[in-house]
Amino acid sequence: MLEEAAPEWLSEEVKTGTTIIGIEYDGGVVLGSDSRVSAGETVVNRVMNKLSPLHDKIYCALSGSAADAQTMAEIVNYQLDVHSIEIGEDPQVRSAATLVRNISYKYREELSAHLIVAGWDRRNGGQVFATMKGLLTRQPFAVGGSGSSYVYGFVDAEYRRGMSKQECQQFVVNTLSLAMNRDGSSGGVAYIVTIDEHGTEEKVILGNQLPTFFDQ
Amino acid sequence: MLGFMRGQPLLSTVIHREKMAAAPVMMPYFGQQISSKSDLVPDWTRQEVSTGTTIMAVEYDGGVVIGADSRTTTGAYIANRVTDKLTRIHNKIYCCRSGSAADTQAIAEIVAYQLGFHSIELDEPPLVETAANLFRASCYRYREELTAGILVAGWDKRKGGQVYSVPIGGMLVRQPVSVGGSGSTYIYGFMDANYKPGMNKEQCMELTAAALSLAMERDGSSGGVVRLASISEEGVERRVILGNQLPKFSTH
Repeated sequence: MLEEAAPEWLSEEVKTGTTIIGIEYDGGVVLGSDSRVSAGETVVNRVMNKLSPLHDKIYCALSGSAADAQTMAEIVNYQLDVHSIEIGEDPQVRSAATLVRNISYKYREELSAHLIVAGWDRRNGGQVFATMKGLLTRQPFAVGGSGSSYVYGFVDAEYRRGMSKQECQQFVVNTLSLAMNRDGSSGGVAYIVTIDEHGTEEKVILGNQLPTFFDQ
Repeated sequence: MLGFMRGQPLLSTVIHREKMAAAPVMMPYFGQQISSKSDLVPDWTRQEVSTGTTIMAVEYDGGVVIGADSRTTTGAYIANRVTDKLTRIHNKIYCCRSGSAADTQAIAEIVAYQLGFHSIELDEPPLVETAANLFRASCYRYREELTAGILVAGWDKRKGGQVYSVPIGGMLVRQPVSVGGSGSTYIYGFMDANYKPGMNKEQCMELTAAALSLAMERDGSSGGVVRLASISEEGVERRVILGNQLPKFSTH
């Protein structure tokens, strides 16, 4: 007689095996992510927004262990609130990225999350920072998560300096769509956040509205 | 530590051995990693020779275009930087090899022999599908012992240009365009976005050269020159694109 074993997903770690991307343009940044959270082979949340605000004009994209990434984002959100009150103005994107890096470096053995920090500040405009295992580097664009492996070639080929805001948004949507098609751990809908001097705009693109490719 | 990609075609994400996982939890390292094992003996003396690699094959109306990088590694040492991974199986049937260099060479020789014999019996040029099935038969029967990911491509009178993929594990599937090897993960997105049915030979050549070039930039186990070949009713045409002539992209 077969015993009913406990479902696997109760014991599997919850990961945002994912695709995240951040890209700068002259005047702002665009951040994008998929929406799948998996525990082993089960999708435990298919509509999770992995773009987490750190401040009004600074967001981060979460990947890796869902718990680690969320907690890091919440802690940095708190630290940035305190910091921005202390300095009396909006914090720099670099400060936010440094706070994230400090946590991920200090606890690099225990944590397994990779956050991309992106935003706009008055001093340096739009900026994207990658912070992985304690590294901090500013890049014109950054991709992360398990799905990013499949789109390195695409982003290398398609990225050009000096793209406009609309071109960046299209670039992000195309990249997410390609990655979500190939990576089993990415999927669902695409969340896009555009941050510039004037504010922050959040958008959702549903599954059936994503760009399709030759074999679909 | 083998510098190739082990893919299990259970329709799940492919898993890298060594430092790279499906979720990139790799440590960014500047420079050499110090090995804790005996530093007196270089690591490549203990490593298997692998064509950790990038290979690609594309069908067009009238033939196929195949391409590969040229790097063979033993651990961190590049044993051959000008490898020819496009191996002739018959006049108009070639295969692209990835995985263990020894395994793929042995299988290719065996299949070439079997196919040559079959062609004499038939008194006709063999079908690409036959060659692909011979690869599959060996790769599936000895799946536990082998590490071979192969693309079989060619032209025959019956179905024109065809590309068959025989990944690790020994499945067989025909695809209009296929990539393989450790570097292939990086170009799935590029391939999906840029391949369109109905491309001509020159477009396929450019697409393959661009895709291989991108993969070689990102994958440490791929590099060197790009070897291309096109196979059609007219015959086989081979090209080499040297490192400094490769297509360049703005991030460089």
